[in-house]
Amino acid sequence: MLARTADNLYWLARYVERAEYLARILDATYRLTSLPLAYVGASNEWESAVATAGCANAFFAAHGEANEETVTEFLAFSTGNPSSICSCFETARHNARAVRTALTTEMWDTINGAWLELKKWGNGPRSREEFARFLRWVQESSLRFDGSAYRTMLRNDAYWFSRLGVYIERADNTARILDVKYHLLLPAIERVGGPLDYFQWAAILRSVSALTAYHWVYRENVKPWLVADLLMLRDEMPRSLASCYENLVQNLDRIANAYGRQGAAQRQARAVRARLQNSRIEEIFQSGLHEFIDDFVADNNRLGTAITQQYLM
Amino acid sequence: MFDEMRGYGDALRPAYAELAQWLGAVKPDVLDFRRREAELFFRRIGITFAVYGDPEAQERLIPFDVIPRILSAAEWDFLQRGLTQRVRAINAYIKDVYGRREILKAGIVPEDLVFQNPVFRPEMNGQKVPHDIYVHVAGIDIVRVDADSFYVLEDNARTPSGVSYMLENREIMLRLFPELFSRYRVAPVENYPDELLATLKSIAPPTASGDPTVVLLTPGVYNSAYYEHSFLADKLGIELVEGRDLAVKNDVVYMRTTEGMKRVDVIYRRVDDDFLDPLVFRGDSALGVPGLLSAYQAGNVTLANAVGTGIADDKAVYSYMPEIVKFYLGEEPLLKNVPTWRCRESEHLGYVLEHLEELVVKEVHGSGGYGMLIGPKADKAAIASFRAKLKSDPRNFIAQPTLALSTCPTCVEEGIAPRHVDLRPFVLTGRDRVRIVPGGLTRVALKKGSLVVNSSQGGGTKDTWVLDA
Repeated sequence: MLARTADNLYWLARYVERAEYLARILDATYRLTSLPLAYVGASNEWESAVATAGCANAFFAAHGEANEETVTEFLAFSTGNPSSICSCFETARHNARAVRTALTTEMWDTINGAWLELKKWGNGPRSREEFARFLRWVQESSLRFDGSAYRTMLRNDAYWFSRLGVYIERADNTARILDVKYHLLLPAIERVGGPLDYFQWAAILRSVSALTAYHWVYRENVKPWLVADLLMLRDEMPRSLASCYENLVQNLDRIANAYGRQGAAQRQARAVRARLQNSRIEEIFQSGLHEFIDDFVADNNRLGTAITQQYLM
Repeated sequence: MFDEMRGYGDALRPAYAELAQWLGAVKPDVLDFRRREAELFFRRIGITFAVYGDPEAQERLIPFDVIPRILSAAEWDFLQRGLTQRVRAINAYIKDVYGRREILKAGIVPEDLVFQNPVFRPEMNGQKVPHDIYVHVAGIDIVRVDADSFYVLEDNARTPSGVSYMLENREIMLRLFPELFSRYRVAPVENYPDELLATLKSIAPPTASGDPTVVLLTPGVYNSAYYEHSFLADKLGIELVEGRDLAVKNDVVYMRTTEGMKRVDVIYRRVDDDFLDPLVFRGDSALGVPGLLSAYQAGNVTLANAVGTGIADDKAVYSYMPEIVKFYLGEEPLLKNVPTWRCRESEHLGYVLEHLEELVVKEVHGSGGYGMLIGPKADKAAIASFRAKLKSDPRNFIAQPTLALSTCPTCVEEGIAPRHVDLRPFVLTGRDRVRIVPGGLTRVALKKGSLVVNSSQGGGTKDTWVLDA
């Protein structure tokens, strides 16, 4: 297939995934900020939301203060922020238009329908209730897109490149949310078990839709090292780093088989997967969670670059 | 005024008998409901076009009218013969212009009209093209003034568009009005993509393998016909490429794929000559492929349509078409030409300046209904300013009488009313034969009395039915 087509499919999937992630962050932040101060502490959750979204610099270049109004506008509706939910849909739809021939009718319908629907939200919702509906709608659109891709696309390189986009983006998002909240995950004995932490951890899990999964996997109260374990090392958790890399390796192998050639991208993905498989959460905490995640994010970016150089240009 | 359904108002024409009966029985709100259903469908599939110079309307829908335009088998048979004849003559003429130039030597077409024409491409002089075919896809605009008279309004021999509407209009009509189709035997158009692909494969260069690689070259998503490009690439099952996807090495064209460079044999290009190759034509063009023309000249890739076909559909050349048909085929033209005054000739210019109020004046290189004057509809100021433009550069204009275009029943605000229509059938020419899918794009001027059917000027489209004998 055309390298540009593969590139568009890859980024289309990334942008849809990112839009959903932003909606989850905003949703979790709303929940936290609606709790009484005694439960969540005096930290600025809106600032943390911006950091989690990975656009603190751009945000503070445009706004002096992180509060509900400015962060909501910036992360959800700003046209100046290339990673706002609206911009993500705009770019996704632009990419979809450029590769219409590689999409199924159902996928095009979903992304074009979402884009048309987005116009109705105009400059943003008028109330918190309406905004909650908007966030749900964003998540549903992403699910629908993912589902239509899963159910209707031919299992060929077009599908595999679009999956690569999903998992690279998802791994990056999960790593980032862990990194921003890592101070909460550090098992500082004196703070463990306080109500403040509990709600923060619940918010982390919620932002990767893993709160229920946590209970099913561990059958325990929310504990920081288990949260980190779930999101980093557990294969069965679809948003974990381990699961993302399992999928990246698989999809890259399918491409390599179809094209009859392995390359740098395959080697890089397998190396990262091996590191995740050989890690124990206790060791990660001992040698430094932040450092581990930092390395992971850099590795993940390297894989993105390798995929681009090998296939997309 | 001739109406496709009612003739001169005296008799229901046979092809429309069933439709008239059906229209009489169907409730207006049902038609309106179906119309809105169609609009929703078109919006969802994204069949939109961009209006240049109007940022608000970057993606606008062309209004679709749910009442079909119907041609009888006999009418179509005549049109088909006329179209085939016209396109054969066009191909012979282009070959001659870039070859032996007999028509110029015979003094039938003036030399300066060819050589000083900006659409003339000296790069094509003496250039061989596969099977001597230059225009593989033509969109011939036809209007009708009475039961027997069809005129060619324009020969679009460069990159004619609109065929996606022909196909999508039929698709939506089949969905919305199955009961109406059961009353008629309508010839199908859905095989157009197959016919197009067969045509494109048939003109592959001798260097190509048994199964040549065909691609569609688009200027990109900002082009007004982008939807059509992606639609056709999809239906043909070929790659939709932009200039940056292609590269030329040693006079061979390749496309960049996820598996490396892949050789390309035939390019169905929807990019104008000017933008094809920045090394030869416009150097500022980012749409083209450096070296493409050199690969073309080496015979390693076929472009459809060929470079330089504008010399056949130019509006000034148009007026010579009846002579061109006679010169190359020795036949009388079946399709008429609209009488045309060439403003480059002083007697003609004098007549035009005196009769501006009754004439349609067009720019020789204009298209899409831009930059033209419709005398009977224009006010004094518009005529005065156009007169100045005309005097300052008469060579750039031609003039024609305002034709009484036929009308066809159309859904408008006040109900069903007659509106003026034209027809663009698509003529495919391959190595083996000429293929014309029965039908075409019927455009309709939705404003009462208006003669401008261009989509950029508020025109709409209709499904075109050709009845099986």
